[in-house]
Amino acid sequence: MGEILTLKNVSKSFDDLVVLDNVDLSVNKGEVVVIIGPSGCGKSTLLRCINGLEDIQDGTISYEGDVGMVFQSYDLFPHKTILQNLTLAPVKVKKRNKAEVNKEALELLERVGLLSKKDNYPRQLSGGQKQRVAIVRALIMHPEVLLLDEITAALDPEMVREVLDVVLSLAKEGRTMIIVTHEMQFAKAVADRVVFIDGGSIVEEGTAKDIFENPRTDRLKRFLQTFSYEE
Amino acid sequence: MGFDVLLKGSNMSRLLGGLGISLEISLISVVISIVLGVGVGMLMTVNNRAVKAVTRVYLEIVRIMPQMVLLFIVYFGATKAMGLNLSAEASAIIVFSFWGVAEMADLVRGSLLSIPVIQYESSKALGFSKLQTYIYIIIPQIVRRMIPLSINLITRMIKTTSLVMMIGIVEVLKVGQQIIEANRKSSPNAAFGVFATIFILYFLACWPISCLSKYLEKKWS
Repeated sequence: MGEILTLKNVSKSFDDLVVLDNVDLSVNKGEVVVIIGPSGCGKSTLLRCINGLEDIQDGTISYEGDVGMVFQSYDLFPHKTILQNLTLAPVKVKKRNKAEVNKEALELLERVGLLSKKDNYPRQLSGGQKQRVAIVRALIMHPEVLLLDEITAALDPEMVREVLDVVLSLAKEGRTMIIVTHEMQFAKAVADRVVFIDGGSIVEEGTAKDIFENPRTDRLKRFLQTFSYEE
Repeated sequence: MGFDVLLKGSNMSRLLGGLGISLEISLISVVISIVLGVGVGMLMTVNNRAVKAVTRVYLEIVRIMPQMVLLFIVYFGATKAMGLNLSAEASAIIVFSFWGVAEMADLVRGSLLSIPVIQYESSKALGFSKLQTYIYIIIPQIVRRMIPLSINLITRMIKTTSLVMMIGIVEVLKVGQQIIEANRKSSPNAAFGVFATIFILYFLACWPISCLSKYLEKKWS
């Protein structure tokens, strides 16, 4: 399994504020890397730098193929139907055959249980349904790496599961993904490797077992404590 | 009731001709307003203090000044002061466009700013170029937001053309007055019939536009 994405000494700052400080990260094909850390630690910025939404001031980011991304807020195109949301980019950007793209879109919608919504508009869908469509819209571009930026953070609790189940099934079929999340149980279940970021740099990384059961640094211990309650 | 006077001679066709002048002035102004308004509106979203200040002052002037005052300034004032030889129609079109461009630009500015940043970002993440993002994602959304609002502006402009009689343009209202004056002796009740007819003519001009706006609003909401 070769490296598919490599970050070397990546630094990013907004004016004087350093958001990412010398980050090194490499991801292998088929690996699921989960990034955790406190709010404002730079984890979302890291994803945004990887797919070029933010400039970096130093370091290099290299990857094979395309990178796809799903965002926290629902970002479907409101003036297009669900099916059109999926087919627009493959047809216009990749110049693929429309009939073939349509067929693939319908198969993917069926897979996430939303085939019946194909002619609806985004406003007619629940938050969880919209996020499943957003995942499919990223997948249909055939990215080598899929970036998921807190995709359940804006959802009502009862809708989180339906979205995460889709992500789990993608992990099972060997998709390469980098996932930023606050859902620790989900992180445990899906991650091949967990990366803890604090203050713009990687503080600790390891398997889900290492990170959640045997945290080595105080910063990680303190962070994990915020998710547990004493009775 | 005074409607009979409209059947005399060419009165009705003169009235319709007057309406034609009103619609011509508003149509030309609307087209200028849309074209320039889109440009100025895009300019208003640029992050430049000088541009912002100038467009802001322009918008406030248009909002504060009654259209009639603007008409007088351009037709009686500017033509004399600057030695320009402007026809009344040209003055009217200048004033209505001056007003329309400002309001249109403000609508464009509002619609542009109301598109969430995430729409641009997710388009970029999907690989759309800047141009493609505007063509397929941003402009269609802006047009949907703009059409009901700009149709409202268009109907207001058509209605406000009744002011241009004040600078001597013989539009529908002025023709109506002339017909009433000319027939004062033979049909003293002409005022009601003529003005009621003008009311209906304005209604017929604006109503289909207003219906179109309602239809589009429903379709896209």
